[in-house]
Amino acid sequence: MDKPAAGTQNAPAATLISLQCISKQFANGTLAVRNVDLDLRQGEFVSLLGPSGCGKSTLLRMISGLSQPSAGEIDWPLNPHDSAGHAERDRDLGFVFQDPTLMPWSRAIGNVAMPLILKGMRKAEAYERSAEMLELVGLKGFEKSFPRELSGGMKMRVSIARALVTKPRILLMDEPFAALDEITRHRLNDDLLDLWWKSRFTAVFVTHSVFESVYLSQRIVVMAARPGRVMADLDVSAPYPRSETFRTSPLYADLCRLASEKLKEAIHA
Amino acid sequence: MSDATLPGRTMITATDGTDAGAMPVFAEERRILGLPASTWPNILAPLAMGVLFLSAWELTVRFREIPHYILPGPILIAKTLVADWGTLSTSLWVTLRITFAALIAAVTVGVALAIIFTQSRWLEKSLLPYAIILQVTPVVSIAPLIIIWVGDVNLSLLICAWIVAFFPILSSTIIGLNSVDHNLLNLFQIYGANRWQGLRYLRIPAALPFFLSGLKIAGGLALIGAVVAEYVAGSGGNASGLAYRILEASYQLRIPRMFAALVMISLTGIAIFLVTSYISHLLLRRWHESAIKRET
Ligand SMILES: Nc1ncnc2c1ncn2[C@@H]1O[C@H](COP(=O)(O)OP(=O)(O)OP(=O)(O)O)[C@@H](O)[C@H]1O
Ligand SMILES: [Mg+2]
Repeated sequence: MDKPAAGTQNAPAATLISLQCISKQFANGTLAVRNVDLDLRQGEFVSLLGPSGCGKSTLLRMISGLSQPSAGEIDWPLNPHDSAGHAERDRDLGFVFQDPTLMPWSRAIGNVAMPLILKGMRKAEAYERSAEMLELVGLKGFEKSFPRELSGGMKMRVSIARALVTKPRILLMDEPFAALDEITRHRLNDDLLDLWWKSRFTAVFVTHSVFESVYLSQRIVVMAARPGRVMADLDVSAPYPRSETFRTSPLYADLCRLASEKLKEAIHA
Repeated sequence: MSDATLPGRTMITATDGTDAGAMPVFAEERRILGLPASTWPNILAPLAMGVLFLSAWELTVRFREIPHYILPGPILIAKTLVADWGTLSTSLWVTLRITFAALIAAVTVGVALAIIFTQSRWLEKSLLPYAIILQVTPVVSIAPLIIIWVGDVNLSLLICAWIVAFFPILSSTIIGLNSVDHNLLNLFQIYGANRWQGLRYLRIPAALPFFLSGLKIAGGLALIGAVVAEYVAGSGGNASGLAYRILEASYQLRIPRMFAALVMISLTGIAIFLVTSYISHLLLRRWHESAIKRET
């Protein structure tokens, strides 16, 4: 069996998104995030790991443009800049929430096609591409099902298919598998890695779980709360592909121990 | 398998442990005379109750020898219904026309206003109080005024029925349009959806169940509004509805006919309820909790 081409993970990739001294204070005075500097490189798989309330979701919302930082700048170095030096952000970014967040009145295929239809694609073409996407996430044959007819794991797959259907350069995921049972979560972790390997989008994955972050990512950003800030930036040097054997390897155990220690420090910081 | 696939792993299939290779399975329920077996008790029980009640009524009237100008028995009422069918059915048609015209007007205005309100907070703030005033004012008390102002009796009746029917549609549609999942709204914002797209693909479908429950209430209220307004108007001639027939019959002490008209109004109300419920069921059965039978 072939090894993945050497250097796929270590080659210096261009910075896709650069968070420069980002702070976020809410109207009620909560300082959710303070002075976060973070560069997300093209094609990498990053996990944001941290205790509840450390501003992971807030950070993700700012990257997606759903909310604006109170201070600091989010730069997209590869995108065109306007005269004031502000970068255009990607409109094609995928977002997966903790809940599948599907439209209950729409079939699986309609849900997946929605981003394309909002962009003005003709319905026939949008549905064709959505059917391919559903097949890619393992839901061939369920195109016509309504969300309530699908299991929790399958709904999450629809949600991932919807996020990837526009072929975005970046996929933001906010604890997408937190509500699933362990067997389903492991399957979806593997399938997510597979999809990422094939299309090489930049993945930003928010999680509470040390094990999940080590298994999935090339890089783990550990955050601390009150105020939310970056505590550590760990490299996960294990090669891909990763599978069940990685979970039982000594390297995995070491990495988990290291990440746990950092997380513990972050919790008591 | 494409080259890009991760070596050592096969194509993804949704074998999530819990739903390994699942394909939908539908169990057919046994049918009797074309209806699912479990619906028969729902039909038979009220039917048996009705037969029991009507028999008791008929027997009481016969054995106590109650005069028919005080309380006619169900058989006499049925006979009157058949004998007077010509007059009564014309009147029924008049009442029905007003009811449905009012209902259509209520749906149009109610939905349009609800959509306008969700697009502009300012308009909602300035207009909603007046809609509420219209709703809380008893229609009996403003019907005479409307009849004087409008002049045309049919149009006045329509306006009265509309006033009663439109508020449930307005308020339930407003709630519906605002009850969209927040994250879905976020998603639409991420994809740069415009107002119209948000309305068409998100708010209107989300409002549908709320609108339909408003419609069920409004259907009955439109009939009540039409009947009440007609009592007030007391219009005569050949263009008069069921309410006028009841008034007329009571002046003439034709009590069986009064009851016959009353029965027709009740049956109309029941029919409106059944039709709106059925429409609601058809539109929601695939996705909305209210229309989905719990699996047992
Ligand atoms: N809209 C808001 N208004 C005020 N405060 C907020 C708002 N959203 C979040 N916060 C506060 O900001 C802080 C960070 O919240 P955030 O949701 O980003 O945390 P998180 O790391 O995602 O937590 P969890 O893991 O529980 O999801 C919290 O203290 C929270 O109370
Ligand atoms: Mg969160």
